[in-house]
Amino acid sequence: MYPIVLLSVLGIVVLYLGFLKSKSILLPATLLFLVVAMIGNFFEWNDGELLYFKGMFAVNKLTLTFNAIVLFSAFMIVAMTQGFQDNEEAQPAEYFALMLFSLVGAFMMIGFENLIMLFLGVEILSVAMYVLTGSDKRNLRSNEAALKYFLMGAFATGIMLFGIALLYGASGSFSLNGIESFVTLNQRSPSYLLYAGLLLVLIGMLFKVSAAPFHFWTPDVYDGAPSIFTAFMATIVKTAGFAALFRLLSHSFSGIYDFWWPTLSILTVLTLLVGNIIAVYQDSFKRMLAYSSISHAGYLLIALTSMTKQTENAILFYSMAYSFATICAFGVLIPVAREKSLEGRPNESYEAFNGLAKNNPLLAFVLTVSMLSLAGIPLTAGFWGKFFVFSSAVERELVWMIIVAVLMSAVGIYYYFRVIMAAYMKEGDTATIRIAPFYKIVLIAATLLTILFGLAPGLFEAAM
Amino acid sequence: MLTILLVLIPIVTGLLALSVGGRTVRQLALLGALAELVTAVVAWTQFDPAAGTQFGFKYTWIASAGISFSAGIDGISLLLVLLTTFLTPLIILSTFGYDYKNSSAFYALILFMEAALVGVFTATDVFLFYLFFEAALIPVYFLAAVWGGENRLKVTFKFFVYTIFGSLFMLVALVYLYFQTPGEHTSEITALYDLILDAKTQSWVFWGLFIAFAIKMPLFPFHTWQPDTYTESPTPATMLLSGIMLKMGVYGLIRLLLPIVPLGLAQWGEVAIVLSVIGIVYGSIIAIQQRDMKRLIAYSSFAHVGLMAAGVFSTTLNGLQGALIQMLAHGINVVGMFFIVEIIYSRTKSRYLDHLGGITQKTPHLTVYFMILLLGSVALPLTNGFVGEFLLLAGVFEYNNWLGAVAGLTIILGAVYLLRMFQKAMFGAPSAASESFKDLTVSERAVLIPLAIMVFWIGIYPSTFLKMTEPAVHQILRFINS
Repeated sequence: MYPIVLLSVLGIVVLYLGFLKSKSILLPATLLFLVVAMIGNFFEWNDGELLYFKGMFAVNKLTLTFNAIVLFSAFMIVAMTQGFQDNEEAQPAEYFALMLFSLVGAFMMIGFENLIMLFLGVEILSVAMYVLTGSDKRNLRSNEAALKYFLMGAFATGIMLFGIALLYGASGSFSLNGIESFVTLNQRSPSYLLYAGLLLVLIGMLFKVSAAPFHFWTPDVYDGAPSIFTAFMATIVKTAGFAALFRLLSHSFSGIYDFWWPTLSILTVLTLLVGNIIAVYQDSFKRMLAYSSISHAGYLLIALTSMTKQTENAILFYSMAYSFATICAFGVLIPVAREKSLEGRPNESYEAFNGLAKNNPLLAFVLTVSMLSLAGIPLTAGFWGKFFVFSSAVERELVWMIIVAVLMSAVGIYYYFRVIMAAYMKEGDTATIRIAPFYKIVLIAATLLTILFGLAPGLFEAAM
Repeated sequence: MLTILLVLIPIVTGLLALSVGGRTVRQLALLGALAELVTAVVAWTQFDPAAGTQFGFKYTWIASAGISFSAGIDGISLLLVLLTTFLTPLIILSTFGYDYKNSSAFYALILFMEAALVGVFTATDVFLFYLFFEAALIPVYFLAAVWGGENRLKVTFKFFVYTIFGSLFMLVALVYLYFQTPGEHTSEITALYDLILDAKTQSWVFWGLFIAFAIKMPLFPFHTWQPDTYTESPTPATMLLSGIMLKMGVYGLIRLLLPIVPLGLAQWGEVAIVLSVIGIVYGSIIAIQQRDMKRLIAYSSFAHVGLMAAGVFSTTLNGLQGALIQMLAHGINVVGMFFIVEIIYSRTKSRYLDHLGGITQKTPHLTVYFMILLLGSVALPLTNGFVGEFLLLAGVFEYNNWLGAVAGLTIILGAVYLLRMFQKAMFGAPSAASESFKDLTVSERAVLIPLAIMVFWIGIYPSTFLKMTEPAVHQILRFINS
């Protein structure tokens, strides 16, 4: 509960800090606030299961761990905004405040006990993201992305709201417990209203996590938004979205697993195929990351579809590994694209990375580790993420889904390695890129964590 | 304790090498590899073949899942650890005459590779085995892709994707087996030996494991990555690939495939052995027609590993023991041969047999060592190749006479392509390229002398090694037949 209150208040404080002449205080202040929220998050660590707002919002170890992942990712992303407020037109105070507010939305999605709360969380998160997507005001593509994201997003939220209404109509309750008891009572005689409601809510949520066939907005929005906010979308929105899906499916609807798993399994396979295969054909690294985020949604969906004891752990670990690796990838992309900019626009193609390793060994190394982790190569956290996901599917014996996932993992190696090859083996000259010391520390920390969790995944469990 | 030391020494030295840089890095790398060799020899002196797995250690890795970081050494492991630790210093020494750009990374990668290989051969937990099995791929990929020849990007990429693809199926099979263990799941390899699975399940698991190992070795028809990769890689990487990494596949067959899925083997063993034998003949015939020496040896290696696999799939004592001793012998011979090709290439700037000839007139030393290693590969009695191939062929004959007869062609065809290579490169009138050929330098001799000694040691007194592995092989055979 503390992080929600803290960040709501501190977000407003950041807005007021924007009135100060010196803009340089904003970044350290925001980082400090995130640390404060992180500390607040752990105040309730030993309190077991807590309920707030007449049982509309829950706090337990699982939600706190998800919160911590989200906060940590946000900390790294905010730290990487160093230098972006140099732009005179930028409004850093507003951006930082919006990021903090969107985190509040993410927390609500993670801990909701009531579908109204879920809806509020999704909206708080999304509205902030619509604005941030369009924050590069002079860039046509950023504007296009924001409009696209807003229109499609609003549509998806509408569908979700419709679904919630149907669920209420069927069960007479908005709360997860109420729906759960309805589901268990009526297991024998299915209520089609409930089924339709569940499907519509699923569609709304799957849109947010960009699962196929609701992924069409992803490439354009990811590509058009300023890279720093793309990183935010790719990690925090996805983690919160999967936390919400997991909560919904494991809690209220576990009684009708037989109804939703075939639907979800088809979408999973579709997401894996679409994400991985289209990613192969991209020439822009950033666009490839957009498709890669679709494919990772597919792997996370495997864990959801199998819904075994392993699933909770699998989703937690996978989202953490994926978030760290993705943030590293964007963390390297931003300075490189700026250095290689063409006609004033950052150059986000694969070619921008040619010969990166020669003068920027650190950036090249960080990039390599993050790509290896995304590809799921052993000794990185990404491997264990895949491992847990695959094991949950093996436990359910979802053989054909595993075969698709294995084939697509091999395809994934192809496009992740392209950029490694560009950095190490292609000719090209990139001057030494100057990176602020704090930025560097964040990159190194995320890389070391990726390797550390790759060597000793048990640490993560021990921490929980 | 010794086992963890064996895994750690190369990693620590590798990290040191990365941070040191400069010209001293190769001495440092050599020192680390020698320290590793000494540790392995100490383990050997304290090793008791009858006592099963020794020098073990266990550290809980993922507590809730029963996965542990556990390793230990039995006879089979020890043989391969000795091979790895014996060859790595020689491979490092073989680079002393050459300059590799960014040398600290180069040597660090070789040492990381060594650590991963030792890890594969000593792991007693399947997931640890898998982890090292994959981890070995990363350093060698970078070695080949950064320091390799012209076509390196495409070729090494194919190699990487191909092998990872195979391994993923193994991972799924291993995860499946893990969930079959009773009660609190465990991933100890010995626990998987005790599993009782029905024949249909076993045949699925068989294919999952077989494809991974068949790609790694490689067996026909999964070999298409191999000749290109061996040719395009820088010679130290080729030596690591052919001398040691290929053995991971054979080791995997012996350690996992045979004892875990004996019923799967009963159904599909015939297919596997036929594929292996096809590989022997096919590889040999292609080798005869090669003009590039490196490519020729690559195909010869493909043919040889086919025979090892055939021996393993024969599931006889002779076949398995032959495969083990042949792994040792082949590692020594192939590393030596690739090194000699590299020596010739560095002097003449050509590996093509048409451009070479007459080298022998000015180079008595090179000729002698080349001949020794060559005869080892041809399996002349009293050399290391003979012991291995004899036992392997005996094993295959026990399994099936006809297959044995076809596999036996390897000796004749091997003599054809290897002697042809020797003749064309070394004898005849000196070509323009080989006119001013200089004989071996001191560091080159330092590599070849230990190899030549091993050729004779294994050839004359193989019992040193056969006795080491026999109890472990008997144990594996017990699992197959029970």
